[in-house]
Amino acid sequence: MSDTASPLAARGTFRHGVHPPERKHFSEDAPIEVVPTPPQVLIPLLQHVGAPCVPVVSPKDSVALGDPICKAGGFVSAAMHAPIAGKVLKTGVTTLPNGRHVQAIPIKAEGAQLEGRDLWEEIFGGEWPTTGLERFSPDDIVAAISAAGIVGLGGAAFPTHVKYKPNEQKPIDTVLINGCECEPYLTPDYRVMLEAPRAVVAGALLAGRASGARRIVIGVEDNKPEAARALRDAAGGTGIDVAVLKTKYPQGSEKQLIMALLGRAVPLGGLPLDIGVAVSNVGTAAAMARAVLRGKPMTHRVVAVTGAGVREPKNLLVPIGISYGELLDFCGGLTPEAARIIAGGPMMGFAFANLDAPVTKGTSGLTVLSAADVAKADETACIRCGRCVDVCPMNLVPTKLALASRAKNLELARQYHILACFECGSCAYTCPASLPLVQLIRTGKAQVMAAQRKK
Amino acid sequence: MAEITQTMDSADRPAAPVLHVAPSPHLAHQALTTRRMMLDVVIALVPVVAMALVVFRGYAVKQLVICVLGCLAAEALFTRMRGRTLPLKDCSALVTGIILALSLPGPAPWYVGAIAAFVAIGIGKVLFGGVGMNIFNPAMVGRAFVMIAFASAMAASGYQDAASGVDAVTQATPMDLFKLTGQVTPLGPMFLGLTNGSLGETSALACLVGGIFLCVRRTASWEIPAGILGMVALMAGLAQWADPASGWTVWHHLCGGSLLFGAFFIATDPVSSPLTPKGKAIFGVGVGFFIMLLRLFSGYPEGVMFAVLLMNGITPLINRWCIPKPLGLR
Repeated sequence: MSDTASPLAARGTFRHGVHPPERKHFSEDAPIEVVPTPPQVLIPLLQHVGAPCVPVVSPKDSVALGDPICKAGGFVSAAMHAPIAGKVLKTGVTTLPNGRHVQAIPIKAEGAQLEGRDLWEEIFGGEWPTTGLERFSPDDIVAAISAAGIVGLGGAAFPTHVKYKPNEQKPIDTVLINGCECEPYLTPDYRVMLEAPRAVVAGALLAGRASGARRIVIGVEDNKPEAARALRDAAGGTGIDVAVLKTKYPQGSEKQLIMALLGRAVPLGGLPLDIGVAVSNVGTAAAMARAVLRGKPMTHRVVAVTGAGVREPKNLLVPIGISYGELLDFCGGLTPEAARIIAGGPMMGFAFANLDAPVTKGTSGLTVLSAADVAKADETACIRCGRCVDVCPMNLVPTKLALASRAKNLELARQYHILACFECGSCAYTCPASLPLVQLIRTGKAQVMAAQRKK
Repeated sequence: MAEITQTMDSADRPAAPVLHVAPSPHLAHQALTTRRMMLDVVIALVPVVAMALVVFRGYAVKQLVICVLGCLAAEALFTRMRGRTLPLKDCSALVTGIILALSLPGPAPWYVGAIAAFVAIGIGKVLFGGVGMNIFNPAMVGRAFVMIAFASAMAASGYQDAASGVDAVTQATPMDLFKLTGQVTPLGPMFLGLTNGSLGETSALACLVGGIFLCVRRTASWEIPAGILGMVALMAGLAQWADPASGWTVWHHLCGGSLLFGAFFIATDPVSSPLTPKGKAIFGVGVGFFIMLLRLFSGYPEGVMFAVLLMNGITPLINRWCIPKPLGLR
């Protein structure tokens, strides 16, 4: 059936992986709502991979929506813009859910705000042209992306302009737009694909134009047929392929997506750039379209607030810097069963307790699990059943890595390629002995990297 | 007191329930536990135990009771001596006990089973650090010990008791019969399991049913039995080609002795076999090779136990040879 088959040579899936419960039903049918402007937002200076950004405002300065407040602190870094109109307060320190202490600029809301339907119209509404984009030169597009402070919205928050900057040595032949959203519970990408498919398509075309790629493919898992249909309609006549992939975790991981669609392996320690590919999330594509076509910076993002621990799960369009607590309040608060609050999804997200922490550019959701969801059997001894080996999408031996890490045997850890692990959690999800494999491997990775730095 | 949770705190937020913070992933496959895998093995052993009870009746009951109780008692005793909590509920000692009993001859005296059980758990497992730490298959360690310590009870004569009321026990085992007299047992009874032998090994059919269940459940890795059966078929085929007059065919090798029982239930013990699919295949081929080497060229009629123990010893090496190549390694 040509409708579901991948138009490409590769197999439409990757080796290994797991099938955790999807549980998208909490929020998948909730249209994106615009959150009212909060009284204050807190803008961390490090929300992305790379160097922290550098403030260009001082306390007591007044800023309007979209005014620059920080510039990029290097090539691999990203600028930041005011997500609300207001007054800059004194810089403080906040702890993000991932445990990092970072400097952060508070902005107190003052004056008239762009809100509700108007904000929606500016960010996702209106017309998104898919023709005539040749008028933008690649350099213009990359400059606009860089000026808008766009980073990958899928979670890793890698500065987007770095991926698309024209590079003579490593030309890009294919742009992949990632609409897999394989992480259980999360639905923001799904809602963006449904509600603003033309923005995604326009962004994909601009990404293709910037990088000089010959082919653009949008990948969607087969559990989101409506999203694939909406994108196909929007992409009609543009030459973009919409490929439907088998639903399997972690299909949305960059390396697994490239393998599934193109059959190419990203070299260990390398980037997709090294094999002529650039990958961006669907939300990032929409943000690129907004930056180039409307000249607007990245100030807002879509976040799912979901799980059995939330009274009214929703998809929200929120200003960067709003606190997690305010999102929960807007969704009716916690249910009595709530047991764990997670920034992101349940497979790779960070559990945290400080609800004053701000939403950053990389925040894709707030998942609240119930006590029953997080119930875990007692840890028992590894009987070397090899299930972790059978599910590892990177083809590693997780139990050996965990053993090496526990024994602080860095040589063994390196021999088994510990740094190739990207902590997707498939092994720990599967482990019949309930071993904390990811936690142990994470510790081992940190030790190996520390030892390498010392050399 | 239900209203308490509705009270607004200073931030106008419902009072939060108790929250946990833990590293990701926050979900676990709750149906998959070590205990569940052990119970899978017990379920897979049901047809084998049933055939043993049908064919060997009282002998099978006796050995099963002695070995299972012996293994559980040994596990309880030795873990207490090490000051560890009792791991009996993971059912691994139960599995060891059943497999050990099924690998013994029915007429062997009670103390053979009891000593084998204590050696299996004590020296085979707890000495190495308990469940998951042992290098050798515990049941085979126990069996090897009594095979040497009580040579006559475990040799050809140990299987036979002409005065027995159980038909199967009055005959010699097919393997012994062929090794000593060159007489070939018909395939039909060997496949169904109506011949003499160790309690669980005689019925090829029961071993296949249980073994395929284990592989389908992925509790046993199919690579291991596939490697063993493939290698045995290959070498038995060569032997048949070299000496077609003996009448002992590839099918006799495959259905005879404890080959199927060993391939599906003994060699597949995850603790003492390699981790990766490639390693498991090498392990299986190695076990098959040594089984045939012992069957064809040694004084023993059967070689499954020694072949498995030998390959258990090589398993750490196989693991080192078979470090899989990560995605993207050049």
